[in-house]
Amino acid sequence: MYTQALNTAEADDRGLEDAAKAAQFQARIDAEERIEPNDWMPAAYRKTLTRQISQHAHSEIVGMLPEGNWITRAPSLRRKAALLAKVQDECGHGLYLYAAAETLGTSREELVDAMLTGKAKYSSIFNYPTLTWADIGTIGWLVDGAAIMNQIPLCRCSYGPYARAMIRVCKEESFHQRQGYEIMLTLCRGSDEQKAMAQDALNRWWWPVLMMFGPPDATSQHSDTSTKWKIKRFSNDELRQKFVDATVPQAQYLGLTIPDPGMIQDADGHWRYSEIDWSEFKQVLAGNGPCNRDRLAARRKAHEEGAWVREAAAAYAAKRAQRRTAQAAE
Amino acid sequence: MRVANIQVSETPVVLYALRRADDALILGHRLSEWCGHAPMLEEDMALSNIALDLIGQARELYTYAAKVEGKDNDEDRFAYLRDVRQYRNLLLVEQPNGDFAQTMVRQLFYSAFADLYWRAMMTSRDATLAAIAAKSEKESAYHLRHASEWIIRLGDGTDESRARAQGAIDHLWAFTGEMFAVDEGERALIHADIAIDPGSLRGRWLTTLSAVIREATLDLPQTDWMQQGGRSGRHSEHLGHLLAELQSMQRTFPGQTW
Repeated sequence: MYTQALNTAEADDRGLEDAAKAAQFQARIDAEERIEPNDWMPAAYRKTLTRQISQHAHSEIVGMLPEGNWITRAPSLRRKAALLAKVQDECGHGLYLYAAAETLGTSREELVDAMLTGKAKYSSIFNYPTLTWADIGTIGWLVDGAAIMNQIPLCRCSYGPYARAMIRVCKEESFHQRQGYEIMLTLCRGSDEQKAMAQDALNRWWWPVLMMFGPPDATSQHSDTSTKWKIKRFSNDELRQKFVDATVPQAQYLGLTIPDPGMIQDADGHWRYSEIDWSEFKQVLAGNGPCNRDRLAARRKAHEEGAWVREAAAAYAAKRAQRRTAQAAE
Repeated sequence: MRVANIQVSETPVVLYALRRADDALILGHRLSEWCGHAPMLEEDMALSNIALDLIGQARELYTYAAKVEGKDNDEDRFAYLRDVRQYRNLLLVEQPNGDFAQTMVRQLFYSAFADLYWRAMMTSRDATLAAIAAKSEKESAYHLRHASEWIIRLGDGTDESRARAQGAIDHLWAFTGEMFAVDEGERALIHADIAIDPGSLRGRWLTTLSAVIREATLDLPQTDWMQQGGRSGRHSEHLGHLLAELQSMQRTFPGQTW
């Protein structure tokens, strides 16, 4: 689907991007007004949002893979149905977000191509493997938990379609998070073997999850303009700290140990975590995480092997349209 | 520690429910294999949805089988602790996904039957089976619509899609006869108005199917030979691999709660 009906192309913006328009735009943002697809917006605002929303969509779609890895092996029929429904939700989020990104004037096909060719990024967390069933619980609990921390403020994002998408996405994510935590609770109340499985999963996912909030504020590239445009309302470090403070008591309740011996609670009640190994984050972003190659290969395979199906659907639609025109002419 | 297969007292009603539950679970499992790998995101959603309906049907039927059997079996013990020879599903539903055309032809063959079957079963004298039928009928109707629309698109799409769809029909046709077969135990249930005679549905099944196949510009095979065995546990080689995956957690970590 293309978005030609929407009348603002980026090329036009550049010509019109005068100071008065930009000032008016910023005034609307400052007044907490929502920007809608047909409104004038600076080209850089459009570009930033297209990048962010499409990356978010790619993350939902690539995120189906690590969890999908356990659909066929879920340990009970109830868990199997819940996991399948969850992964289906993530797909729905992806579709919803691609549609939101399309309102900015780039088609889903172009956005998907950018991901498949490695030009566009997706969340680095999905480049880690799901090795045991406890990873499914941990992803729900921590990865979806971190996503919620990131996304709740986005429900008030200045761009209307994105903000509205986030309201729905957050509702489903919070359900996923509770479901993940309940898996962990069941494991932690189970056998020694199950509890060890839960601890092992936490050990492997903890640091990558903290990296989900992005680089430390001191080195972040996009935050300043994003904050000015009210796309972003809290800094990476603020959100990360919020997440850690919320998560530590949850881990304690489970009887699990956060794999950070240096962690201490300060006088204000905040849990202060140790230095994050940002070299690992950089490696994963550079394509060298444990599953980067597998994830991209799986998406490319689905795309390539599905090409004949999409072509058939398009050919059939064209034939039908042609027949209708011919019938109308008779 | 050895993980024993459960023993099942296959009285006619237990066996009847297990057969339909196994159909739904195995086909639901097969469809769930597509999740994350479908030709388009809309199909990731649709195939997962159909899989969820089928797994839901399986859970209700297993639970009913367990209740009728009256031992300590439950939905998970039926699903995870029976081996290939104890599974009672149709050979059709265990066939591998293959390409999208094979998945859709398998679905069309099954759903065109299930739609008629569940509608007829709504009049069963067994109140539970009638209630399960009422829910499953609604689901099957849209599964059938979805599969029909795809077969028409593929058949009347490109040369490649047409060839793939025809190939899938030719490949899977021999597994359709089993849907209409009845053994002695089921014959007794039919006489008691608990079950319906699937043979009575064959004419309408063929009519529905033929209409779709014709619109898709495809052909139904002329061969009469039909492969059977699933209902009595004589399966294709494919089912063992599916169960090895499906049951891996229960077999590796016996007797635990998840």
